[in-house]
Amino acid sequence: MSAADAIATKIIAGAKIELIERGSGRPLVFLHPGIGIDPGAAVLDRLAEGARVIAPVHPGFGRSELPRGMTSVDDLAYFYLDLFEELDLADAVVVGVSFGAWIAAEIAVKTTARLSHLVLADAFGIKVGDRETRDIADIFAMTEAQVAERAYCDPAGARRDYARMDEADLMVVARNREATARFGWSPYMHDPKLKGRLHRIRIPTLVLWGDSDRIVAPDYGRAYAAAIPGARFELIERAGHFPHLEQPDNFARRVLAFAAAPGRAP
Amino acid sequence: MKVFHFTEQPYFPAWDSHEGSLRIVLPNRKCDPARAANLFHRYYDEWQLADALGFDIMVNEHHSTATCLSSTVVVTLSVLARQTTRARLLVLGYPIAHRSDPLRMAEELATIDVISRGRLEMGFVKGVPYEIPVANTNPVFVVERFWEAHDFIIKAMTSHDEPFNWEGEYFQYRHVNIWPRPYQQPHPPVWSTTSSRTNARVLGERGYVIATLGSGYNTRALFDAYREGWAAAGRTGPAAPDRFAYLGLVAIAANEDEARRRGELVAGYPRTSAIVAPQFRNPPGFLSVADNARLLQGKTPPRSYTKDGRVINMATASVQELIDAAIMFCGTPDQVYAQIADFTEHCGGLGNLLMMGQAGHLSHDDTVDSLQLFAREVMPRLAEMKQPVATAAA
Repeated sequence: MSAADAIATKIIAGAKIELIERGSGRPLVFLHPGIGIDPGAAVLDRLAEGARVIAPVHPGFGRSELPRGMTSVDDLAYFYLDLFEELDLADAVVVGVSFGAWIAAEIAVKTTARLSHLVLADAFGIKVGDRETRDIADIFAMTEAQVAERAYCDPAGARRDYARMDEADLMVVARNREATARFGWSPYMHDPKLKGRLHRIRIPTLVLWGDSDRIVAPDYGRAYAAAIPGARFELIERAGHFPHLEQPDNFARRVLAFAAAPGRAP
Repeated sequence: MKVFHFTEQPYFPAWDSHEGSLRIVLPNRKCDPARAANLFHRYYDEWQLADALGFDIMVNEHHSTATCLSSTVVVTLSVLARQTTRARLLVLGYPIAHRSDPLRMAEELATIDVISRGRLEMGFVKGVPYEIPVANTNPVFVVERFWEAHDFIIKAMTSHDEPFNWEGEYFQYRHVNIWPRPYQQPHPPVWSTTSSRTNARVLGERGYVIATLGSGYNTRALFDAYREGWAAAGRTGPAAPDRFAYLGLVAIAANEDEARRRGELVAGYPRTSAIVAPQFRNPPGFLSVADNARLLQGKTPPRSYTKDGRVINMATASVQELIDAAIMFCGTPDQVYAQIADFTEHCGGLGNLLMMGQAGHLSHDDTVDSLQLFAREVMPRLAEMKQPVATAAA
């Protein structure tokens, strides 16, 4: 992404946020991971072939404003419920990756009134293991190279040359890192209450996982799926923690196929 | 000028086998409790000597590190409150944003102030970035937590007529009513540290004592930002020298060769302090977004300047460079006095020298000799030295 690719902005619940919109048809809300979303990402175009893609940049990330007092993923979930109302979405597919999937799950346990399908990819958000086991690798205790080694099936493709990026884009990188800590520092990348609330999600749910994800392993995804009534679990081959980046075609195809199946029972 | 004797209480026996990090991840099996006990007693002995020689005393804490054995400064203060008799006891600092319980902190500090019969100086600090991973305080909120903890402690120390309630963003209490209340009224003096002009100005507005470390011949810019804040708060007259403090390493001896030898040992502090695994050096949110963007480009802000404007790296600088940057005052008593006096002129007034009189491998005997020499030959001259009193416009 470069500063030249300015993203349109919209005021939602009083906060000016960046919002990527692409394609037409039924609404598909894409909630990005902590590393943000590049408007040029192939996955957005692939998804837009079968849906009206709405990809907001979370408050505090990218160049989106951060409303005062917003400190938790719970706050973000309520913000997105406001967004769904203001955009008057109905039968929306909500797709989240990593940190974005945590937000998606927090939204869905509150209400699925405007949703038809939920896709959680390599999701953060719940506590699975015992108290001395970190379910999710501590990205704040690793160098960027160590994080990339765990996050990507092919870490070479993840390298970014900061020296060649302009100031505005570096500000986005720095802001994304800070916002990720703001919302996920402790309890680290999860809400201790969330797992016990997942049973409230009664719309078709697909839990997608990169088979090479070593930030949070596929077994964590299986536990996530097991806690959501009727949820399906699927692996994406040759993908790590960000399957939407490493396998955009496969990712979009799976999401759109899942969303094409019948939604909630009438 | 007041002179405070300070040591980080280093556990130097572990410095030779650290695998790239003296902090956070260095396993504590490398700490021999018997050697730690000997070192604690030795450092306390040196502070008692400093008390007897007319120094004031500065103490601090760090966590999970071989650079500083003191992980709970309240213990150090408690020992010294009872075992010293006249020295001011400066804690610089107490990392109040990283602790979960400011009520407990107010109680501890008030109690120490009472036991010492009013000798406590309260330095509140945000802490170095390496404290964050251990404290687990969200680095994004450290500044806000710092000021709420500060506001609470001051209110707890100055409320005497009825218990009060506190329902803040970070801390909640009922029936706040600390016993004992502090000896000094309305509360022990407040100090803080900073390396930014913005924060320096805030400290000036509040009139607290500002202390800097490693800022060398860039210190004047920070002190002038303080003076701007001081004046902006509507005070008449310039900030007195006692509002300004500077931490400098001191290596002193009867002859220059011996002083340089001690200087090499004392330089163990800047040479080890930043040995930290890289992933812990810059927790998210600790620096501003703009500063982090510059860091990503590989631009690190220079901190330490020599008098003639050269930038030095504290971690790798030679003793001569440390002297040139006023990070170390080193030499015979005459030389050390001249260096401090010159630096005081640069600062536009400096009422408090925080003297790292022990650091690194400097032995007990060397430390005792240095303290005695400084007390005999330098301290009286510093006490008599006429201080410049600058206004904001240098």
